[in-house]
Amino acid sequence: MARIDLDLAHAYRPNPREDSDYALLPLTMSFRDGGAYALLGPSGCGKTTMLNIMSGLLVPSQGSVKFDGVDVTRATPQQRNIAQVFQFPVIYDTMTVAENLAFPLRNRKVPEEQIKKRVGEIAEMLDMSGQLNQRAAGLAADAKQKISLGRGLVRPDVSAVLFDEPLTVIDPHLKWQLRRKLKQIHHELKLTLIYVTHDQVEALTFAEEVVVMTRGRAVQTGSADALFERPRHTFVGHFIGSPGMNFLPATVSGGALRVADRPLALPPGRAMPDGELKLGVRPEYVVKTAPGDPAALPFTVTLVQDIGTHWMLTARIGEHTLKARLNPASRAPQVGEEIWLQVMGTHTCLYLNDELVEA
Amino acid sequence: MSTTTKPVNQKAWLLVLPVIICVAFSAILPLMTVVNYSVQDIISPERRVFVGTEWFASVMRDEELHAALWRQLTFSLAVLAVEIPLGIALALSMPAQGWKASLVLVLVALSLLIPWNVVGTIWQIYGRADIGLLGAMLQKMGFDYSYTGNATHAWVTVLLMDVWHWTPLVALLGYAGLRSIPDAYYQAARIDGASKFAVFRYIQLPKMRGVLMIAVLLRFMDSFMIYTEPFVLTGGGPGNATTFLSQYLTQKAVGQFDLGPAAAFSLIYFLIILLLCFILYNWMQRVGTQEKEGVE
Amino acid sequence: MNTPKFQARTLFLIAYILFALLPIYWMVNMSFKTNSEILSSFSFFPQQFTWDNYKTIFTDPSWYSGYINSLIYVAINTVISITVALPAAYAFSRYSFLGDKHVFFWLLTNRMTPPAVFLLPFFQLYTTVGLMDTHIAVALAHLLFNVPLAVWILEGFMSGIPREIDETAYIDGYSFPRFFTRIFLPLIKAGVGVAAFFCFMFSWVELLLARTLTSVNAKPIVATMTRTVSASGMDWATLAAAGVLTIVPGAIVIWFVRNYIAKGFAMGRV
Repeated sequence: MARIDLDLAHAYRPNPREDSDYALLPLTMSFRDGGAYALLGPSGCGKTTMLNIMSGLLVPSQGSVKFDGVDVTRATPQQRNIAQVFQFPVIYDTMTVAENLAFPLRNRKVPEEQIKKRVGEIAEMLDMSGQLNQRAAGLAADAKQKISLGRGLVRPDVSAVLFDEPLTVIDPHLKWQLRRKLKQIHHELKLTLIYVTHDQVEALTFAEEVVVMTRGRAVQTGSADALFERPRHTFVGHFIGSPGMNFLPATVSGGALRVADRPLALPPGRAMPDGELKLGVRPEYVVKTAPGDPAALPFTVTLVQDIGTHWMLTARIGEHTLKARLNPASRAPQVGEEIWLQVMGTHTCLYLNDELVEA
Repeated sequence: MSTTTKPVNQKAWLLVLPVIICVAFSAILPLMTVVNYSVQDIISPERRVFVGTEWFASVMRDEELHAALWRQLTFSLAVLAVEIPLGIALALSMPAQGWKASLVLVLVALSLLIPWNVVGTIWQIYGRADIGLLGAMLQKMGFDYSYTGNATHAWVTVLLMDVWHWTPLVALLGYAGLRSIPDAYYQAARIDGASKFAVFRYIQLPKMRGVLMIAVLLRFMDSFMIYTEPFVLTGGGPGNATTFLSQYLTQKAVGQFDLGPAAAFSLIYFLIILLLCFILYNWMQRVGTQEKEGVE
Repeated sequence: MNTPKFQARTLFLIAYILFALLPIYWMVNMSFKTNSEILSSFSFFPQQFTWDNYKTIFTDPSWYSGYINSLIYVAINTVISITVALPAAYAFSRYSFLGDKHVFFWLLTNRMTPPAVFLLPFFQLYTTVGLMDTHIAVALAHLLFNVPLAVWILEGFMSGIPREIDETAYIDGYSFPRFFTRIFLPLIKAGVGVAAFFCFMFSWVELLLARTLTSVNAKPIVATMTRTVSASGMDWATLAAAGVLTIVPGAIVIWFVRNYIAKGFAMGRV
């Protein structure tokens, strides 16, 4: 169990000049001891690079990695005592489940008695006690991933467990089981867990805090709530949520807000800088109101989808589209109908140069 | 992953037909001729007598044949004992990528491309004390080395020549197997604190198992049929110290023109190889399916 | 990272490469000497460097025709082998049909047969049909072991291509020949390269059948080289030069297919 501090950058070349030369732009981050974190982002955003730097499989081109205050930047994964679970199960085919789990302990010359005990405990925790003497090679993918995980957990003093998209090869109907198992383990063992994924559902259900990344930048770190309610960057607003946040271009001049060439009331107490902004509001927070509402705009309905639990509305204003989630109890709007939707509310965010303008 | 059940389609036979014709032409027809000869006594082109299994019986009793068979087996086993470990070691030490990998690949594969009689010639020259590097060096070191005069020396030289010639095949196959191991396995082993030997034993060797089976199969078969290289190098001598099965058969067939016994022996030779091939092939298949289930 | 282990590996590799190259070097060395120098002195470099041996080979038809003959039948054989093997390998890879496993095994056994077994029958057969001493005879005889090998290798590579690609192509309206040539073949380029390489290799080096089925017109270089004994004893120098030249086509072929071989190895299943 360790606290991990990162203060580093990683570049592809020795003398990086522009942002595109970096795999990871300079960042400072701390992962507290025993916390469950997710690194979330699309492919190529640098999350696996960050993970490998933390595990010791990669040395950052500049900066440091500290475990509990000790500089381990150049230490090997063994020395850092971390465990890593990869995208596809990595097991030793020629060994049984028990032998697989015992392997890291045997390499450290732990006494046989202790090994048996520990292997038993971990197998119990993973619901694999009955399969201990089976050959690992013949098991299904999810069982093999559990073995991969088990090999990491079997060391009592493991400092952190790092996951690199571990559910990729697991059948969808088994994914939730494994996720639940991971949460259980976190609850029982209180290990520092860091989970890399491009799937927001995985990230948001697993982690206490999520680091959203894009193109080498850690854009925002926060709880699922914080990311949902107050995305600090338009990327986060867009990436989190299904569908993501709506963005409408807005102009502020002299304290007055105009969106799509129509005035929109600014709530009292909110100061906005002048310039070209983006107005962000989630489909969940867009409500139908009466025509003329100062916090709303007129839209033309272009598509109505019955999702079962709600209506998903797509509407147009000028050349911009907006999606709104409407209560199923109300009457479904017709395509082509004009509808007034409230877009300015307590949940609305404004962005200047893609960064959130704090109220 | 991909489904292992293939759709049944009898029309696929059409696609296989050209191959079957080619191979039937070059295999079945000749084989039938051999069977034909093996049960007849061909006294002259006009006079042929059917003698049934007589040739087979006499061939089986032939002491010379037993000796040749024994020599052959010993040779093939010695070949495997040296070439497989050496090939694995070579595969492990070859670089994985970059220009060095291409260069090493070409240098290692060179001996595979040399026509087999030239292999014999190279070693014929190389091993002579008067004009060859190896022969001269051994003489200087005090060995009275002569592969033409001393049976043991001849044996060792033929073995050494085969090792020189064919180890790269084992190495290349092992190399192919090694390249198929994803990096994550090595990374996981590092994290688990595994020693280099443990990495070899638990990761590399098991993953190479499939291709190594192929290597063992190929090397055993090919060494069992070896003809050209020892023929050029020692001519089978001194005496018949290095006369292996193929040469023995050729001597009988061409040298002595005993078509009947030669044909009979050909069939026996063929059947021995077939049996061994069958056993090893099934072994290979079993390992192959185990691997497929394991990896997925 | 130069850990001690790493250096042991490199040392071993260098030692092996030396072991592998020295005999070849020795022959190259000898090819640039004259017979008298070979017999009289012993040196790592020719004292009197001479191109004579190579000149002999390039000017004496009895020598250079050997190379041309070999190249001809090897080329014919490789083309035929690959051409018939492609559809067959596709069938084995994609379909299941009556007796498929048995045929596959039978093909493999042909690769395993000692050529000596077929010596007499081939001799008689080709004499009967009047194909003795022709390139086509040797090319056809070599089909015995090259076709199974080509099928085996190609099947392995084809099985690595997901069947979804075939299905998508049919849905898109491709006819089978078009699909095969435009889409499938480029995907298994590495496999074709590997198969062609091995067909070339095994046909180029084969001696027993090539020598038995030819006498003058189609005499391959492998046979020519076994007759260099003259009145003045073994013609080591020319023999050495011939040996060196015999390696050249193989090296060229490897050079051209080297990328495919590397990729083929990466895809596994040789």
